[in-house]
Amino acid sequence: MTMNPFQPIGRALLNLFAVIGRISTFAGSGMMHAVRPPYYPRIVLRQMVDIGFYSLPVVGLTAVFAGMVLALQSYTGFSRFSAEGAIANVVVLSITRELGPVLAGLMVAGRIGASLAAEIGTMRVTEQIDALTTLSTNPMKYLVAPRLIAGLTMFPILVLIADIIGVFGGYIVAVYKLGFNGANYMQKTMDFLTFEDVQSGLVKAAVFGFIVALMGCYHGYNSKGGAQGVGMATTNAVVSSCILILCSDYVLTEMFFSK
Amino acid sequence: MGNTPKIEMRGICKAFGKKVVLSGVDLDVGVGESVVIIGGSGTGKSVTLKSILGLLTPDSGTVKVDGENVIGMGAADRERINHQFGMLFQGGALFDSLPVWENVTFGLLAEKRCTREDAPEISIEKLAMVGLNADVAYLMPSELSGGMQKRVGLARAIASDPEIIFFDEPTTGLDPIMADVINDLIVKVSREVGATALSITHDMASARKIADRIAMLYEGKIIWQGPVADIDHSGNEYVDQFINGRAEGPIQMAVRA
Ligand SMILES: Nc1ncnc2c1ncn2[C@@H]1O[C@H](COP(=O)(O)OP(=O)(O)OP(=O)(O)O)[C@@H](O)[C@H]1O
Ligand SMILES: [Mg+2]
Repeated sequence: MTMNPFQPIGRALLNLFAVIGRISTFAGSGMMHAVRPPYYPRIVLRQMVDIGFYSLPVVGLTAVFAGMVLALQSYTGFSRFSAEGAIANVVVLSITRELGPVLAGLMVAGRIGASLAAEIGTMRVTEQIDALTTLSTNPMKYLVAPRLIAGLTMFPILVLIADIIGVFGGYIVAVYKLGFNGANYMQKTMDFLTFEDVQSGLVKAAVFGFIVALMGCYHGYNSKGGAQGVGMATTNAVVSSCILILCSDYVLTEMFFSK
Repeated sequence: MGNTPKIEMRGICKAFGKKVVLSGVDLDVGVGESVVIIGGSGTGKSVTLKSILGLLTPDSGTVKVDGENVIGMGAADRERINHQFGMLFQGGALFDSLPVWENVTFGLLAEKRCTREDAPEISIEKLAMVGLNADVAYLMPSELSGGMQKRVGLARAIASDPEIIFFDEPTTGLDPIMADVINDLIVKVSREVGATALSITHDMASARKIADRIAMLYEGKIIWQGPVADIDHSGNEYVDQFINGRAEGPIQMAVRA
């Protein structure tokens, strides 16, 4: 027995490529089914409500506190010179560019990624996915495509709302705690806000939404064994979507702002 | 072409990792025939059905439906073939997020053969056939007993009048009277409607009633098959041991005292 130190590395690398290949195929097939009939508007709508509407409390709370903390933190640094402008600037830029999409993405990854993986995973291990096939229904079209569409479309809306709530959180702290003039603060916020900032945040949100839905569906769809397999799928879905969100956030930021 | 079997399996092999489950299953099911597969627990009866349905891909062998090889066929063709199938899963496999009526009419709705408005009404008719009354239609699957779930699964399998129906242990978990009602239903579906049926059962009373022909699966192969009338004098000691339920015989169960 010779121990080649490169062997495990090579194997891990090959495995990684194999997984990337499988996920890409899965995503491609899911999207292909999303654009080709038959469509399931009822299910798409239900997923949109599940993913979008029911995530509002979690996303809203995250955003309002993120905005408040930002205002408080930046005050310590900027308190001596034209603090109003600086704080409004920091809050609105950080929220729209980064914290809105990333925090919302991570929070919803926990909520939605886990529930998608658990739901589809349970359907897999109880043979419900097999049953769909025998009832003239393609499970990729019926289960996966609607969830991908919902993730892709609802995340930007969620993040837009998170942006507004986050800025509002900053406003509360600036006006009621730090004693700034409200109208003035709002004016500064508007001055600093650019379309590009919001737009980049929303594009990120769409990508993150797709990632969360994809990871939830992929891990659920491929889960094996009983309750334990579903549990593992759930964990993997959440962990992998969080990691992918942070990685793709960097890549997208490069693309948008490094010109 | 007159006597092409509805389903023709040749040399089906399937292993999971190192564990060989099927090692060359040959079985024909004629048009309108009702065949029952018997065999010990874990011998691969469910795997055989899933291989025909395309839910599992055999490692080798061919499965022909109406003379057309279905192994490795494209997704569109597979969907066309699956249209004529109905399947009762061993565990029921009801959609637990949908009410019973939607479960029962799922295939009809998917094929646009009924509207959502008519679906509850139709499901109540189908439920009556399996001895369930109308109020069950509006319950969720989790609110049903095991035997009721089985019967809803049965109603779902036959709802779209499939040409070929697979029953994986249709009477397991039912009381003897209800089991006989289900047997009658299966006989009715296969004899009167003319559907081809392939069933799995451990229940010899049920097998005798619903089968035209019985096949016994043992160690990955069909070791005996013949008309139901021959089952008691098959001349095969494995079959004899199985149908008489004796612990002593050529089939050794992996238990140690
Ligand atoms: N998806 C799978 N992955 C791994 N092994 C499997 C899988 N499906 C079935 N098996 C194995 O194949 C063997 C046959 O399983 P199968 O479900 O066909 O048994 P069966 O004859 O239907 O038994 P029973 O009468 O208890 O339902 C079992 O030993 C099982 O462990
Ligand atoms: Mg079985």
